[in-house]
Amino acid sequence: LFLVPPFAVGQCGNQVGCRFWDLALREHAAVNKKGIYDEALSSFFRNVDTRSGGDGPDIYKGKICSLKARALLIDMEEGVVNEILQGPLRDVFDSKQLITDVSGSGNNWAVGHKLYGYQYRESIVEKLRKTAEHCDCLQCFFIIHSMGGGTGSGLGTFVLNLLEDEFPEVYRFVTSVYPSGEDDVITSPYNSVLAMKELNEHADCVLPIENESLFDIVNKIHQMVNSGKLGSTVKQNSLVTSSAGSAKTVQEKPFDAMNNIVANLLLNLTSSARFEGSLNMDLNEISMNLVPFPRLHYLVSSLTPLYTLADVNVPSRRLDQMFSDAFSRDHQLIQADPKHSLYLACALLVRGNVQVSDLRRNIERLKPSLHFVSWNQEGWKTGLCSVPPVGHSRSLLALANNTCVKPTFIELKDKFMKLYKKKAHLHHYLHTDGMEQSCFSEAISSLSDLIEEYNELDATKGGPRIDPSRLKIAV
Amino acid sequence: MSIVTVQLGQCGNQIGHEVFNAICGDVRGTHGLCSKKENESYRDACKERFFSEEESEVPVARAVLVDMEPKVISQTLSIAARSGYWKYDDRSHFCQKQGSGNNWANGYSVHGPRHKEVIMNLVQKEAEKCDRLSGFFTMMSMAGGTGSGLGAFVTQCLRDAFPTSFILNHVIWPYGTGEVIVQNYNSVLTLSHLYQSSDALLVHENDVIHKICAQLMNIKQISFRDVNQVIAHQLGSVFQPTYTAESGLHYSRNPLGDLMETLVPHPEFKMLGLRNIPQMPENSLAYSTFSWPGLIKHLRQMLIANAKMEEGIDWQVRPPRLGSSIPSSHSTNKPLHFNTSIANLVILRGKDMHSVDLGSFRDPSLYTSWLNPQDAFNAWKTPRAFNKYEKSASLVSNSQFLLKPLDSVVGKAWNMFASKAYIHQYTKFGIEEEDFLDSFTALEQVISSYAIL
Repeated sequence: LFLVPPFAVGQCGNQVGCRFWDLALREHAAVNKKGIYDEALSSFFRNVDTRSGGDGPDIYKGKICSLKARALLIDMEEGVVNEILQGPLRDVFDSKQLITDVSGSGNNWAVGHKLYGYQYRESIVEKLRKTAEHCDCLQCFFIIHSMGGGTGSGLGTFVLNLLEDEFPEVYRFVTSVYPSGEDDVITSPYNSVLAMKELNEHADCVLPIENESLFDIVNKIHQMVNSGKLGSTVKQNSLVTSSAGSAKTVQEKPFDAMNNIVANLLLNLTSSARFEGSLNMDLNEISMNLVPFPRLHYLVSSLTPLYTLADVNVPSRRLDQMFSDAFSRDHQLIQADPKHSLYLACALLVRGNVQVSDLRRNIERLKPSLHFVSWNQEGWKTGLCSVPPVGHSRSLLALANNTCVKPTFIELKDKFMKLYKKKAHLHHYLHTDGMEQSCFSEAISSLSDLIEEYNELDATKGGPRIDPSRLKIAV
Repeated sequence: MSIVTVQLGQCGNQIGHEVFNAICGDVRGTHGLCSKKENESYRDACKERFFSEEESEVPVARAVLVDMEPKVISQTLSIAARSGYWKYDDRSHFCQKQGSGNNWANGYSVHGPRHKEVIMNLVQKEAEKCDRLSGFFTMMSMAGGTGSGLGAFVTQCLRDAFPTSFILNHVIWPYGTGEVIVQNYNSVLTLSHLYQSSDALLVHENDVIHKICAQLMNIKQISFRDVNQVIAHQLGSVFQPTYTAESGLHYSRNPLGDLMETLVPHPEFKMLGLRNIPQMPENSLAYSTFSWPGLIKHLRQMLIANAKMEEGIDWQVRPPRLGSSIPSSHSTNKPLHFNTSIANLVILRGKDMHSVDLGSFRDPSLYTSWLNPQDAFNAWKTPRAFNKYEKSASLVSNSQFLLKPLDSVVGKAWNMFASKAYIHQYTKFGIEEEDFLDSFTALEQVISSYAIL
């Protein structure tokens, strides 16, 4: 058993987390017809004997008894977590996996990080250890959170630090939702920048997500579904936004569609580690190949396809179209422009009915229109997983380390400076024990340094290619 | 004498499985096209080499399977057993949960020492099953983390534990346009280390095999399985039993030793390339006839012109006239039109091979000046046809075949190294910049040696 326990922190994190567990169950149910607890399932779920009531011993082989998610749910308000515990997923979690409080963090990073961090440190560590004990082999932690609030941002990054201290060798992947343009939380720039420093220093890989992109994808799908094109009906369970076929009932909350996209991202990211294929791609390989320098670990993700047509008379989209789509802005989960920026590295994780020749053909086709950094002209990492996602015959997840994330960070910095120059709302933060002005200056400095690293790389774009001279050997 | 195969990493295990499949399929087949006695001789020799008999009656492959994650080995074991014709020893495998993350340093410096004892115990057990051990055949790719890093470590251990046995490394050269972004680093580290402990490196390039699948085998949607099956066929064509010049009356007993003796006269030159013709889709075989002169002619020109397959051979390339000065176009920027050899081995399988004239391969102008062409060229033969091909010819060559690919990989790795990209991933596990420099130096030496032939 190897493990990827997701930590869902804060409201956003828990809502996404909830969709993730639901869709994970759906995916495994589709593949695992016999109800046997197998290696693939064990990566995310424990199999527990609950016949004697409560938390029985783990069952490592044989039939599925009761699946429990390997996860910790953390929130400083009770609302979201309570809902999960009363909903259809209540049996997937038990009380020992939860850490909640009542009053929330007031959209204040300092409250989340310093106050609640300090308060709940021991409890978190203890539950962490318990979760880890149930795993044969711990490969990776996932944290799901948002950057703009207080709990996800503050306590979430506190947990990140904790993970590095307690389990330094286990990879830390963070899925971060960055605040959108019309964010209604005034202090979100502070929260985000303070969180960025932690991500810079303690995360192995960050997958930034922007709500605007998720929203655009949801809209695009709505249009497609409702356009009533002749003969085209969409397979409900194939929609990247849909919960169809999962435990959740029909009534969908507003953010559900968007959160399903993020959940699908995580499922695809881990698919090759869970299911077999002709060229496996583990999570540690993603970190190895996509992070050329320690702090440049922000990856732009895009998912295709967004839906499958159910009508068998309509020819399925050419396989090559799937690759083109992955490089189109419509399918990205953040608003950025990788095609006009510099690629440091790119990974393609294909699922389902795709072979190596399809991969090669498309890489050759797409390469000329993309700018790769001079020392990594053939910088492609590829993975082939045999099992497609539910409702599809094939799918593609593209992860790019590209300087196009720079504008997002610059914007964040600008918004931060607008507030900081006027010292707006600063006192709310400095009130908290352990929080000082230097926290702010260090955070903005860390962000500036990061932006500068991207600048230096961008400066090399388009310049003359001078290969360094090789070693000379005396004959 | 027997060969113990060590399958390392996903690639090594996937290909290893296809190799045993091909060998078993060949032996079982009724297309030997030779006398019953001959066929039985062949089958017995093959069995001794690659399989041990257990009570189960199904031959058990002499192999150790090693991987740092469980999925591939688990699949490989079960698919083999399901065939009903052969299987692996259920205990002869070792795996972990985590993989090596495409990190050579992780494979070499962490997994290697950590699991050395267990792995070497498995190897020892397989070795003890052999009446006489010819040596080891390790299978790995250079691009990833386990096959490459752990593979290099295991090869070293094999050398230490079995100083008198032969070690042949089968190495898969990755696609030029990446499978793994750090593949050039991993390749450089692997090759430089293998060069120290291995007797020879037998190389297959993914790009080349892919072309064979596309253009000769007419496969539309090429999968790794297709690629691996072509590789397995080519390997089978080398390692199935043959009569060498010395053995004459019986199938050669020492395949690895014979190979090293004929092809590796000098420790500086260990890179072996492989060509096998003809190669075509199975359903075309019935309509094709082959002549030995035709096959020999093509194979020779493939050698001279450094052609990767039968199609697109450049017939303009000619060997330099003896006595004239060798063209000094040895800077690696100019294309090397003529492929100079150190040693060549031709293997002929099929009837009437006695009558084949191989004089054209003994032409001194093919070879470097410091070897006697009589020693530089050898031929192995058997009247027994291989794997449904009525006649087939293979060439194992120690020549400038791999000079360009090697130079390319080293160049790309150096380019990346100059920017220090990804180095922190290696230093994290104990491989420092000096280790990289040592590897680069070693390989530039090899490149230089081959270039001035």
